[in-house]
Amino acid sequence: MRALIHSEWTKFRTVRGWVIGMAVAGFVILGFGLLPSFQGSCGGRGPQSDCVLPVGPEGQAVTDGFMFVHQPLTGDFSLTVRVASITGVLPPGPGQDEMREGVAPWTKAGLLIKDGTTQGSAYAAVMLTGGHGVRMQHNFVHDTAGMAGSVNSPRWLRLTRTQQKITGEESADGTAWTTVGTVTLAGLPSTAQVGLFVASPQYAEVDDESSFGSFSSYGGFTIATALFDNLSRAEGWQGKRIGGPDNMDDELGSFEETGDGSVRVTGSGDIAPAVGGPAGIGTGLTDTLVGTFAGLIFIVVIAAMFVTAEYRRGLIRTTLAASPGRGKVLAAKATVMAAVSFVVGTVAAAIVVTLGQEVLRGNGVYVHPASFATELRIIAGTGLLLAVAAALSVGLGALLRRGTTAVAAVIVTVVLPYLLAIAVLPPAAGDWLLRVAPAAAFALQQSLIEYPQVLNLYIPQAGYFPLPPWAGLAVLAGWAAAVLGLAAHLLRRRDA
Amino acid sequence: MNDTIISVDGLRKRFRRTVALDGMTFTVRPGQVTGFVGPNGAGKTTTMRVILGLDAPDAGTALVGGRPYRSLHHPLCHVGSLLDAGALQPGRTARNHLLWLAHSQGLPARRVDRVLEDAGLTSVARRRAGGFSLGMRQRLGIAAAMLGDPPAIMLDEPFNGMDPEGIIWMRGFLKALASQGRAVLVSSHLMGELQDTADHVVVVGRGRVIADASVARLLAATANGRVVLRTESAAAAVVLTDAGGTVTATGPGVLTVAGLTAETVVALMNSNALPFSEISAHRATLEEAYLELTREAVEFKAVSQ
Repeated sequence: MRALIHSEWTKFRTVRGWVIGMAVAGFVILGFGLLPSFQGSCGGRGPQSDCVLPVGPEGQAVTDGFMFVHQPLTGDFSLTVRVASITGVLPPGPGQDEMREGVAPWTKAGLLIKDGTTQGSAYAAVMLTGGHGVRMQHNFVHDTAGMAGSVNSPRWLRLTRTQQKITGEESADGTAWTTVGTVTLAGLPSTAQVGLFVASPQYAEVDDESSFGSFSSYGGFTIATALFDNLSRAEGWQGKRIGGPDNMDDELGSFEETGDGSVRVTGSGDIAPAVGGPAGIGTGLTDTLVGTFAGLIFIVVIAAMFVTAEYRRGLIRTTLAASPGRGKVLAAKATVMAAVSFVVGTVAAAIVVTLGQEVLRGNGVYVHPASFATELRIIAGTGLLLAVAAALSVGLGALLRRGTTAVAAVIVTVVLPYLLAIAVLPPAAGDWLLRVAPAAAFALQQSLIEYPQVLNLYIPQAGYFPLPPWAGLAVLAGWAAAVLGLAAHLLRRRDA
Repeated sequence: MNDTIISVDGLRKRFRRTVALDGMTFTVRPGQVTGFVGPNGAGKTTTMRVILGLDAPDAGTALVGGRPYRSLHHPLCHVGSLLDAGALQPGRTARNHLLWLAHSQGLPARRVDRVLEDAGLTSVARRRAGGFSLGMRQRLGIAAAMLGDPPAIMLDEPFNGMDPEGIIWMRGFLKALASQGRAVLVSSHLMGELQDTADHVVVVGRGRVIADASVARLLAATANGRVVLRTESAAAAVVLTDAGGTVTATGPGVLTVAGLTAETVVALMNSNALPFSEISAHRATLEEAYLELTREAVEFKAVSQ
């Protein structure tokens, strides 16, 4: 097998066109990633407009802007309130001018304890949501579901502190209580800010009227008003728009005590992880790798021709006379193409992910940072994506034997589904296609994290793929294994 | 037989409705050039492809050194072959073409330089094979066949497209290989090409062997003790026929006499005072032998159908 791989490598490196083509694939990936492709507004209007997102206690960029009616409490406590109702307004629908009545699914109203009023500080909260019932959340990324609920049926909530343990409870009647969750906020000082909060996040929806070939979405900010009563602590409340100006009496944040422990709180914004895409801000590292698609075209065509060129010249007989183990010949060809593609993809991705995000930032685009492990996965994943796609193309070349047919086949199976999913099909169809087609492996390049507790358009166009990265790779690998297996079977059976 | 290098036994193969091989059976021995002769479509190339494990026969076996080709570890070290001199990637240089083949057999690069030199291609080793003439491609194919220094060589129509100089080179090369003790199987659709080269011929037609004999015996059988007589005398034919000879006029003033020795013919001519300008023992050509054999085969076919 080593001799065979050596032989196939020699074949590859001694045809100048193939080597140049592979290099071009790498440069295409670099070119698309390093040339300024789009503009953002961060930093475009002076230093004040720099996009700096608060960072949560666990290191993620977060959204931390909401209405907080709070007071400092020292030591252990227990605070109870009833959420009587939540009402609100949503952005205008398609073709409309006026905000409409309604509550966003992830509008939140409830009790919250926070390590100060600085954005990004640790917190825990129990809340009633617009469409997801009662939840216990803490530190932006953690979310535990309680019971289902409705914005129209009152719900009792209780938040209890025991040293650094925070417990959230809920009740339908104020007497029978159920624990939603208990969390530990390590390092929470003995005096923390505690109170009522209302957040109502950005709203986005795919326009159902989207025509084929162009998808459109609509959305914008939302505002919610919650009526709280039976608040167990009547005095000492002050309002603060976290992340907003201190003069707080406007439509985006206000509160009014109406006596008897009743408080009306109006708020907007969210307390959640920051996301990219239509309902979020900025983009992810994936956008630096837009050239992968173009590079992929070069690679799959070369990989298919690496096989079909031998059939065209009759050279396949020389190859098979020299190496009668036909399955091994095919494996060696696939290995060489995959290895070359892996190196091209990984090197290009390493450069483009590192430098490309600086280019985007320089262009005023907010780029969500990713963990080192994610960056590694994106870089090596780009190599793997190209490598396995090349192996698949070798299989198609051996299966179909004719250059034109094989190139058409690789374009249709590898290239076309991605193009359709990203640029042509409505998001739902594109989502389906990216689960079953070889292009599912593009999921390896996803850098943004999909949070179920944040409403967003998690669609391929915005850099969110339907499958987890390794599952996407598995889909592509499955295709490659099936095609190579069939090709090896036919190669053994057919006369050369 | 122990000294058989390539043995083909009862090969049958059908491509859709065409019978390509119909019980092909022969052996190739070391130390001699075996000509594999027959008209186009007789099954020569298919037989060679079966020997190389490229095509699978419907029935029969082909063994190289007693083993099926596909079971050989580094097959180019057992049989070198040239089926299609045009089977080259045009953008690859001659040397690189041989280099990948060498690597597939675990052979070092110096072996490549050696066979390039032997084939007289050293000066064009780093030129793209796409620009080679057919003769140069044949030489490159020969070099590839010699890469593994194999005990057996199999060449399909190596004289095709060669200039006279190349043909002479090829004949000498094939004889040299045989004299080194290698088995050489050379196919051709022209018997004449193998004159003075082949030691043994396997004549095939319609997928089966028609004759399998040493060239010396084949020529002797064809010549059959005939005498060629050049004479203007009209009476000569009568005198010789009366003496028991079979006389055929094979040209203007040329008689071919069978059944009489040259001495008898000379004595008869002298005693009857008949003038003649030349007398010689008939020397049969391989071409004649071939035509005779294939004529019989065609007649046999005609009768049997």
